[in-house]
Amino acid sequence: MIAAYLVLLIPLLGIVLFAVAGHKTDMGKTNVWLNAVCLLATLWLAINVLNQGTLLSANKAFLVDAFNVYLIVLTAFVGLTTSIFSAPYMAHEQALGKLSAKRLKLYYTMYQGFMLAMYLVLTTNNMGIMWVAMEGATLATVLLVSLYRTPESIEAAWKYFILCGVGIAQALFGTILLYYAAVQIGDGENAMLWSVLYENAAQLNPEILEIAFVFLLIGYGTKIGLVPLHNWLPDAHSEGPTPMSAVLSGLLLNDALYAVVRNKMLVDGASHNNMAGYLMMGFGLLSFLVGALFLHRQKDIKRLFSYSSIEHMGMMTFAFGMGGAMATFAALLHMTVHSLTKSAIFVTVGHAAQMAGTQRIDKIRGLIKTQPRVGWGLLIGTLAIAGFPPFGVFTSEFLVLLATMHNYPWLAPLVLLGIGIAFAGLFRHIQPMVYGEKPEGQQPVKANLWPVIIHLGLVLWLGLAIPGFLAQWFSQATLLISGSTPL
Amino acid sequence: MNFEQTDFYTQAILSMAALVGLTSFLMLGQGRLLRLIFVFALQGLLLTLTTTLAAYSLDNPHLYISAVLTLVLKVLFVPWMLRREVLLMNMHRDVQALANKTTVMLGGASLMVFSYYVLHPIVQTTSPVMLNALAVSLSVVLLGMLLMISHRQAVAHVVGFMSIENGLFFAAIVATKGMPMVVELGIAFDVLVAAVLFGIFFLHIRTSIDSLDVDLLNRLHETDDAKPDASAIATGVEL
Repeated sequence: MIAAYLVLLIPLLGIVLFAVAGHKTDMGKTNVWLNAVCLLATLWLAINVLNQGTLLSANKAFLVDAFNVYLIVLTAFVGLTTSIFSAPYMAHEQALGKLSAKRLKLYYTMYQGFMLAMYLVLTTNNMGIMWVAMEGATLATVLLVSLYRTPESIEAAWKYFILCGVGIAQALFGTILLYYAAVQIGDGENAMLWSVLYENAAQLNPEILEIAFVFLLIGYGTKIGLVPLHNWLPDAHSEGPTPMSAVLSGLLLNDALYAVVRNKMLVDGASHNNMAGYLMMGFGLLSFLVGALFLHRQKDIKRLFSYSSIEHMGMMTFAFGMGGAMATFAALLHMTVHSLTKSAIFVTVGHAAQMAGTQRIDKIRGLIKTQPRVGWGLLIGTLAIAGFPPFGVFTSEFLVLLATMHNYPWLAPLVLLGIGIAFAGLFRHIQPMVYGEKPEGQQPVKANLWPVIIHLGLVLWLGLAIPGFLAQWFSQATLLISGSTPL
Repeated sequence: MNFEQTDFYTQAILSMAALVGLTSFLMLGQGRLLRLIFVFALQGLLLTLTTTLAAYSLDNPHLYISAVLTLVLKVLFVPWMLRREVLLMNMHRDVQALANKTTVMLGGASLMVFSYYVLHPIVQTTSPVMLNALAVSLSVVLLGMLLMISHRQAVAHVVGFMSIENGLFFAAIVATKGMPMVVELGIAFDVLVAAVLFGIFFLHIRTSIDSLDVDLLNRLHETDDAKPDASAIATGVEL
């Protein structure tokens, strides 16, 4: 369990370090080192879980099991690669005069703050603390969205703050109802612990839990970017600095979905009418289709990929809602590959936008001719996210489709249609950007593309063969969530 | 339910619930910002009283800490900050006429009925007092949202946001006799950070659009007309 504490302590140390002595150090490099050490700590944690199974800390405050351990490693990994990308990127932004040294310090402090909130959401065993950490993640990122202080970015940050704040308040109401149901059967202090709730789920009052789940889904669903509640997402992604878009898309959305699924497990234990599952399916499918359709209308490259995030989160929510071994396995895999692919794409998008000096799709042209690695990175990333074989996204989408055909055949055409629309929506924009002649005066920028290469390599690997230990975790998590195992 | 048969604590909680609900309605119909902030502080005070009462009758000392936190945050700090902002922007003389006050108030009333309807299933397993307390909390949450929708000032949005927190807090105190201490401290910390962030935001909005009217925050939307290029503005380059 020491590893889990270490994972939480390192970002905390980072916050203090940057806040107090940030200006004295090379912040970009320090950030990379902090995240690298954190990744090592999560790997140590993962090995512990692999050897000993579920870990519960002595005071029951932290829980690490097969479901969250791979998300913790994923968080640390994406955090590290994004920090590698962010160091030269932010230095370039500072050189352009968009940022002062003081704001850069704020940026790095909040980067670590966000990582801390993410680790806390994942490791905590207490549903209340999970909410607190989720809200903390909003608070840490809200000033990052408005980092450039343009009127647009301030508007985006205000929208993000108000919408997510109000949304997440609904989740708190749901959590209170959950606790209310729990204190009726058990002791006060421990009644909010997930492990206690899960053991006693069958005795919890199903009526209260169903009402609670509606609020929890709306609350955390705002964070996932489910469709009627998604308005903040494209704005926040497009106006903030690009490394932030990468971690928001790659990590925050995943963790919000994680919170919903944890709660769904409790509701499923208490009531047996699958209300939670149907709600998630409905919202998920709606987000998936609307996200795919909106891809066609985008003018801003970062907005384009944030709608693609909405679409993919919708698909995962749909798959988790469908339940069953295959769909759950597919959703877990999709969470991983989507995170990796989307953060890689945002890295290339950041470089492309710096090269062209704008985020407007019609102004970005000839990327392959200007800087082949960025152009190819964007193209291959888009291929991967659109679900081309042999990438991992193909595998997971295929499994979701298969599960849909098996359980709800009449929904399969909608899923297929959505995948098709999304593919067309992405490629009509990407093709002219990567191919074609470069505009005059467009110069390559200093770019470190190792994060992209590693991410896409991993996604390719996951598409060809899932390593044994990962498959074992996925199937354990599937067993935990859906009650049956796919392998 | 017969009121004479319930104990003093239950009766007091029910009156508090009624008063908290009433303050939400008062805020909803309020056009002047300073009065809005005053009523909000009043709601915070009612919440403090409820918490103290619960701490006393349930003999639960950690609720006293929550009461102090509520008093400091919701009755003193946030109203002080908002009042300062309003005076600074010279908005205290503006009366903001609500375009459709009657509709908004009727909408508020129906939200209250809706809250009772939503939570009615739980009455079978718990006491009617709990139903009242939870339904009022939920309606305070929903009324806070309605407040944010119907008012156009950023200050009113913050009041709505914070009053949503009040509703949630009331539910936590009354229904579950307070959440575990660590969670409550966490929530209080989040509220504090949120309040500070709102302060920072007012500064930014004021300097960027020279007003706190959220109608002016309308640059980002999905229509196809040319949006001014953000990066070009930042670097001062004309397209």
